[in-house]
Amino acid sequence: MITPVPLFNYFGFLLDPANWGWSDGSIPQRLVEHLGYTVLAVLIAAAIALPIGLLIGHTNRGAFLAINIGNAGRALPTFGLLSLMVVLMGTGLVPALIALVVLAVPPILASTYAGIRAVDRSAVDAAVGMGMRPTEVLFRAEVPMALPLIMSGLRSSTLQVCATATVAAYVGLGGLGRFLIDGLARNQYDQVFAGAVLVAALAIALDLAGAGLERAVVSPGVRQRGSARRGRRRGARSTDTSTQEAPTASTAG
Amino acid sequence: MITFDAVTKAFPGGTVAVDNLSIELPTGQITVFVGPSGCGKTTSLRMINRLIEPTSGTISIDGEDVTKQDAAVLRRKIGYVIQHAGLFPHRTVQDNIATVPLLNGVNKKQARENAVELLGRVGLDASMATRYPAQLSGGQQQRVGVARALAADPPVMLMDEPFSAVDPIVRDGLQKEFLRLQAEVGKTIAFVTHDIDEAIKLGDTVAVFREGGHLAQVGTPQELLDDPADDFVADFVGRDRGFRGLSFVTAEGLEVEPVQTYVDGVRGVRLLLDDAGRPRGWTVNGSDDVRAITGTFTKQDSLRLVTDLAISSPAGVAVRVDGDGVADGAATHASIADHLADARRESAG
Repeated sequence: MITPVPLFNYFGFLLDPANWGWSDGSIPQRLVEHLGYTVLAVLIAAAIALPIGLLIGHTNRGAFLAINIGNAGRALPTFGLLSLMVVLMGTGLVPALIALVVLAVPPILASTYAGIRAVDRSAVDAAVGMGMRPTEVLFRAEVPMALPLIMSGLRSSTLQVCATATVAAYVGLGGLGRFLIDGLARNQYDQVFAGAVLVAALAIALDLAGAGLERAVVSPGVRQRGSARRGRRRGARSTDTSTQEAPTASTAG
Repeated sequence: MITFDAVTKAFPGGTVAVDNLSIELPTGQITVFVGPSGCGKTTSLRMINRLIEPTSGTISIDGEDVTKQDAAVLRRKIGYVIQHAGLFPHRTVQDNIATVPLLNGVNKKQARENAVELLGRVGLDASMATRYPAQLSGGQQQRVGVARALAADPPVMLMDEPFSAVDPIVRDGLQKEFLRLQAEVGKTIAFVTHDIDEAIKLGDTVAVFREGGHLAQVGTPQELLDDPADDFVADFVGRDRGFRGLSFVTAEGLEVEPVQTYVDGVRGVRLLLDDAGRPRGWTVNGSDDVRAITGTFTKQDSLRLVTDLAISSPAGVAVRVDGDGVADGAATHASIADHLADARRESAG
């Protein structure tokens, strides 16, 4: 029979000031490690997936192969892949990063490709017809228009990696996974609980940061949520019988 | 001048979109390519700025073969307007307009100033400069599209069905302003449309294409209406081409009767004038209901308008006004018919 653990115990680890100093195995240190794995994995994945996604989106060639390889990567269980990497390469940061990068690539690749393909063809035709060279078409027209989707791919990839980076602890690395594994091993459920809460909190913080970045880099004219889109719908229905017509949408919103 | 010399475009698979096309587009004029879909008019247009490369033959602008030039450099010297405007949604109106100047290395401040100035020329308020395309109506977007094509002041403009995606009232306004603008700028324009009415309204020269990329007839709008080369052109121009031909005759020499005669018109219809003598409307059978006047004409208007007014007015009379809007004459069905008969005798003799 399981004796229920008193509620306050869940927060014991999390609220203990001793765990918030900067020392080996403290909460701030584990947070920084976890953040480090996440950011590193997403950056490497972006460095791989963005150029490929842009290329296949722009040329519309090789999409089938790239997207399917990407999706196969998504289907691989990260823990299984990590175990395989450890068998092949031994423990350390590299096998853990490889496992996380394989997880992070597919959302970025798929959304970058889809974003570029979803760009209004008439705008691209205009870009070419006005004398933009291929790289100018890509970076001055297609990428800015595809940014909302590209950004959402980066954000969902970041979330997945942040949640999964706990596996690093299984191969002797740090990060918030340590609290889960060590806590389970020692029956210290308040530590397990702290690990879970901290992973969730970090994921939320990263997603908020992603939203901020998205606001900063995505033009208001193509932002998915918000005024511009409402304006487009309204604008599409309205007719202008004169140039003096009332504005179809305001920027307030 | 844009010259097509024996230009053929065959697509892989054997479809011949344009077959041995030779035509000259005079400098400073609007040449309209018109025809049913699949007749090669858009393909012909897109070969001018090398969005499509010809299979054989040459296209030259002022004697220079377009295929001998760098495509991007060539295109920056040719304004390009397309059906749905194709504005960049991520750029403000002013930055859309400044696209080509920015590509050419004009500094941003200068390019934006020019863009705002151009907004005025296409009939938009300067306050639109910082809006995004999604915040504009279709007609406004199309105006921005025209301003964007004009921004680098190119001698040549290509317009691919620029006004087809807007509703008829907006289209009419855009066409009128386009003609006014062209009178100012005098560009060499190739204009594609499937709408024969638009072709006749806008073209200095109209080239009628038929399926398979053949040229059926090239001529002024009036030549097409008066003397279609074959059944295809006659059919395409439409059954009412005689009536539409009246668009090219002004009411200048039309004999009118004094307005007073028709104060008491047929069937008890009366024309009401205000104190200054401007027409206000019609009353029927002494009723107090005033039917607003449907329209008036001046000496500069076309006979087509006069005829239409005469038919639609309750008295069978079109009212002529002077520059101040004061009624100074009335044209009846009979006076229009006499005028047409005179015109026929003149052209025959």
